[in-house]
Amino acid sequence: MKLKYFSAPYLVWMVVFIVVPLLMIAYFAFTTDDGGLTIKHISDVGQYANIFVRSIWLSLVATAICLVVAYPVSFILSRMEKHKQGTMLMIVMLPMWMNFLLRTYAWMTILGNNGILNHLFGLVGLGPYKLINTSGAVVLGMVYNYLPFMILPLYSVMEKIDKSLFEAASDLGCSSGQILFRVVIPLSMPGITSGVTMVFVPAISTFIISRMLGGGSNLLIGDLIEMQFLGNAYDPHLGAAISLVLMVIILVIMTVMNQFDPDDQVLM
Amino acid sequence: MLRRTLTWAVAALAALPLLTACSSAAPEEAPEEEEESSAQTLTVSDPDYYTRFKGKGISINVYNWGEYISTGADEGTLDVNGEFEKLTGIKVNYTNYATNEELYAKLKGGGAAYDVIIPSDYMISKMIKEDMIQPLDFDNIPNFEYIMDNFRGQAYDPDNAYTVPYTWGTVGIIYDTTMIDIPPEEIDWDLLWNEDYADQILMFDNPRDAFAIAELMLGYSLNTEDPEELEQAAFKLRQQKRIVQGYVMDEVFDKMEAGDALIAPYYAGDALTILEGNEDLDFVVPKSGTNLFVDAMCIPSTARQKEAAEMYINFMCEPDIAFANIDYICYSTPHSAAFEMLDEETRESHVSYPDEEFIRDKTTVFVNLSDQANKKMQDLWTEMKSAEDENTNRWITPIFLIFCVALMIFVLIRRHIKAKKDIF
Repeated sequence: MKLKYFSAPYLVWMVVFIVVPLLMIAYFAFTTDDGGLTIKHISDVGQYANIFVRSIWLSLVATAICLVVAYPVSFILSRMEKHKQGTMLMIVMLPMWMNFLLRTYAWMTILGNNGILNHLFGLVGLGPYKLINTSGAVVLGMVYNYLPFMILPLYSVMEKIDKSLFEAASDLGCSSGQILFRVVIPLSMPGITSGVTMVFVPAISTFIISRMLGGGSNLLIGDLIEMQFLGNAYDPHLGAAISLVLMVIILVIMTVMNQFDPDDQVLM
Repeated sequence: MLRRTLTWAVAALAALPLLTACSSAAPEEAPEEEEESSAQTLTVSDPDYYTRFKGKGISINVYNWGEYISTGADEGTLDVNGEFEKLTGIKVNYTNYATNEELYAKLKGGGAAYDVIIPSDYMISKMIKEDMIQPLDFDNIPNFEYIMDNFRGQAYDPDNAYTVPYTWGTVGIIYDTTMIDIPPEEIDWDLLWNEDYADQILMFDNPRDAFAIAELMLGYSLNTEDPEELEQAAFKLRQQKRIVQGYVMDEVFDKMEAGDALIAPYYAGDALTILEGNEDLDFVVPKSGTNLFVDAMCIPSTARQKEAAEMYINFMCEPDIAFANIDYICYSTPHSAAFEMLDEETRESHVSYPDEEFIRDKTTVFVNLSDQANKKMQDLWTEMKSAEDENTNRWITPIFLIFCVALMIFVLIRRHIKAKKDIF
């Protein structure tokens, strides 16, 4: 019973910095400058439908790539000897020690028209290719930046899968493919759902990646919101409305996602 | 360029006595002497005026653009804020912003009280309209007399009651002389629409500057509020989008210096800095006309230390200080005495100081647009930027919808199977 009191600091934190700002966003989204109620801002969001579609699409692609890349990595990682796991995990985490902005900035130099990659292509007589300022570059930036967020939850779930389960499965006549689909994937489902959440949610609301690698012509929702608060548009009401719609979309997608979780846990 | 030559000149001057005296003095003394000379040259017109607040523990909050004041970080330059603190005993809390809009949002949000801000022309007129800045008491700013007539009573502040101009400049085109074989006097804004340089062109990533270029080409006023004209300008920008490599602001420094792009429109002062980094580049202000921007010092209505703020503004207009700043930031100065102190090369440069006739006839200063026109421009800009190339637009939406539907069906089937299983 006493333990409950230890959560008080976080509770206060949550109310002040999470619940109140959320209410303020809702308030801003439904009011005008002089305080009257309106749904104008929400309905105005409709005109940016193509930006929403593009953001969702690009972040889904990035999440899918992350999952495909991270899954085998995490599996191999979890089957390694214990002392090696620590080193490998550190290597996965290493890029995160660097500033997010700096990492994205580095890609600008790598992908540029006179950048490192095109320079290398030039040496073997290829290119130059248009690499930067494309939606592909934006996806690459998302994958690069958010990949560790996929590896870590997958790894921590897989690590707990007992090796004897695989042995039992193969004793009972499972091929390695069947082991993967009947044992590994179902048991790692919680890791997949939380990994997808942790990649998809920041990816859909990013703005600096699209600005630096998308050349400003691949607007995402994050850019749109930034324009409303710090940019030329300066319309906090519209910005709040866009944020609200984005939150609803994420909520819907996450609910769908959670259907895959065998325990029906609610992650959000 | 300018900064480098001056440093050399100062170094040479400092070394002169050493050479003539033929003494055995170690060369390490040179920097010391330099410092001394800069300290000696700092004379203010009215020392009594500046010492009024000494020992009262007053501090002022100054909010300025990044890299927009001489900080004394480079050898031989003046630490302007430090000198002000030394002279007046007023502490300066100096912070930076990156865009006018950031400044506006910060002031509008009401989180912080600033005493001196340095917004640009159109933002000033917006702030005057919204009562966000207050009239200055020019009795406290005697050094206003140095401001050139050209820069008094500009459109953004017709009675010149609110502002003291700090710097100005024009917008022009930075281009790579090795790849673009057009004589500079023939270069005009249409270079940015030239299909031969597709994917080698950078463009402003803010609607006001981007629309201004389109409006210049169409022959409209840069302050037009006519929806029809704005739409035509947007159409012009949309035509350009296909050949634009990227929409950038400060990234232009890296991209042009690295040779990632051949052509970019930008502000004259920054362009000179970029030119220093890449010898192939040149900068030209198109003859057909351009936008003239002015950044001016103002005092927000919420300022706590108005008189100290006015003292700071006056200090910034001291000839030596104005010169130190302009020498450091490479923009053009509206300060007559500081202008006289520049070397001849700079004074006659057409980039930094176009002739008066050009300024009068061919340049326009932005004023704030009405809310409606602003909104219209913003909407057109977002629409232009978010428009997809036609071939991609066709499949993204359907695939996405199909994906969603498939996901839903999958989930429903799964649930159905699960429910059945539970029955048995």
